[in-house]
Amino acid sequence: MSDGVDGELVRLGGVSCRYGAEAVLLDVDLSLAERQFVGVVGPSGSGKTTLLKAIMGTIDPCTGSVQRRPGLRMAYVPQVETVNWSFPITVAECVLMARPARRVPWASRAERAEVARVLERLGLDGLGARHIRELSGGQQQRVFIARALLRGPELLLMDEPTSGVDVRLRHEILHLLDDLNAAGLAIVLTTHDLNGIAAHLPRLVCLNRRVIGAGRPHDVLTPAVLEQTYGATMEVLEHAGMPVIVDGFQHHQHHQHHGGAHRMSGMGSAS
Amino acid sequence: MIDELLRPFDYEFFRNGLAVATLAGALCGLVGVYVVLKGMSYIGHGLSHAIFGGFAASALLGVNFVLGAGAWGVASALMINGVTRRRAIGSDAAIGVITTASFALGLALVALFGTTGRSFDAALFGSILGVSAGDVALVAAVAAATGLLIFLRYRSLLFTTFDPEVADATGVDTARIDALLMVALAASILATMQVLGVTLIAATLVIPPTVARMLTNSFARMLALSTAIGASCGFVGMNLSYHLDVQSGPTIVLVGASLFALVFALTGARGRRRAGGVTARIGALRAGG
Repeated sequence: MSDGVDGELVRLGGVSCRYGAEAVLLDVDLSLAERQFVGVVGPSGSGKTTLLKAIMGTIDPCTGSVQRRPGLRMAYVPQVETVNWSFPITVAECVLMARPARRVPWASRAERAEVARVLERLGLDGLGARHIRELSGGQQQRVFIARALLRGPELLLMDEPTSGVDVRLRHEILHLLDDLNAAGLAIVLTTHDLNGIAAHLPRLVCLNRRVIGAGRPHDVLTPAVLEQTYGATMEVLEHAGMPVIVDGFQHHQHHQHHGGAHRMSGMGSAS
Repeated sequence: MIDELLRPFDYEFFRNGLAVATLAGALCGLVGVYVVLKGMSYIGHGLSHAIFGGFAASALLGVNFVLGAGAWGVASALMINGVTRRRAIGSDAAIGVITTASFALGLALVALFGTTGRSFDAALFGSILGVSAGDVALVAAVAAATGLLIFLRYRSLLFTTFDPEVADATGVDTARIDALLMVALAASILATMQVLGVTLIAATLVIPPTVARMLTNSFARMLALSTAIGASCGFVGMNLSYHLDVQSGPTIVLVGASLFALVFALTGARGRRRAGGVTARIGALRAGG
């Protein structure tokens, strides 16, 4: 990335990806910089996970280019739904596997100390010998973040880190990611949760195979962009200075039953 | 009583058979951990049948058994690995075609040209008769090489087995690791088929790791336990084979199955829950024939 902007980590230029004949990403331009915290939103099948894979380099675009800063360290946190929870593995074994291979199976003293430090940082100290299934939902998510952090990444990619979690856990994960970002880590995550996650992030990318909109939540969480992204009518209200997305159908029903405009608060996901 | 139990140790063929059975059990127990956790039980089952084709062809052509069946087995293993990774067609169907066709070819060659050299009954069902010092050396060499591979590539193998997509994203050469594992599996089957028999090798790949899984939640301990259980089943099964005058393959498998039933009963719901994913694969294997 010799001609890149200062602090740029990854740049996608006109990237298109296909699975067989089906186009999953079309002509995507995107730039990711140091310390950015970006949310990628879009409906199921919109190419969110494929975008992460293209950034990582685990799939090659059929057209376009992905440029990464030389030596860029990336780490990936998969959806917890894809984890094999019956696999025989303890928390410490799971976190350690991300370390570069050694000539011997066991961890060095320095590695063990590093694992203990990362587990403590994420509030998992004392759980190293537990099986991963024996943890709470938030702890399970944090184990995979710990595994990613052990690689010392500059860019953390997360696929749906809050899918299937309750409100308390969502807050817990969001606060943790916020702290990591404040400490200098660039983060890209995908999410379905427009109100619970996306509206709280500093930068969003609305994706439906193409980039429909990118920018601050106030700029991209608009009815026009959301309708183009999701193919459904959505209304955007404001609560405590933050955009709140309301499913257009629900909003229409609500109007019919109660009449008149209202302010929305505490709405769930609009996806 | 003791004299009766020790009597077979007077015979060289038994000592060789016992050494091979114990080493083969340990080897299959070790490799079987990856086979079971990667959901490759059907591949192990099919590959053992595929190698029989190479066994028959090399015997009829007068080619060295290790070279002929070995080359055939490695080629089948890499072909299966390629099909499984590409996922262009259903991998189970593709594996079924490749392996059963190879097995059928072996049977057809035997029917057309008869048998020479090594015993085909032994290859199919296992036998302690005719196990030479060379066979012991072959199993020992494969066990040592496989153990070394797992020792040196422990972390990459674990990462690829547990989370291949993230391993790939993290820079692990998962294609190479998968290929190495398939070659190790093919070599293990080739080296142990004389004692265990191709029709029963799959059980020795699956039972020890399943029993080990019921006893531990740690991957490292599962590897050690599965290896020890496999070796013990081989040792006990081979002794029983002599005293009961039953082929070695079925006896070793029945010892393993009995141990599985015992541990299954003793560990209760916790063990069954731990082995949930693993026992489901045994069911799939049984359904696959």
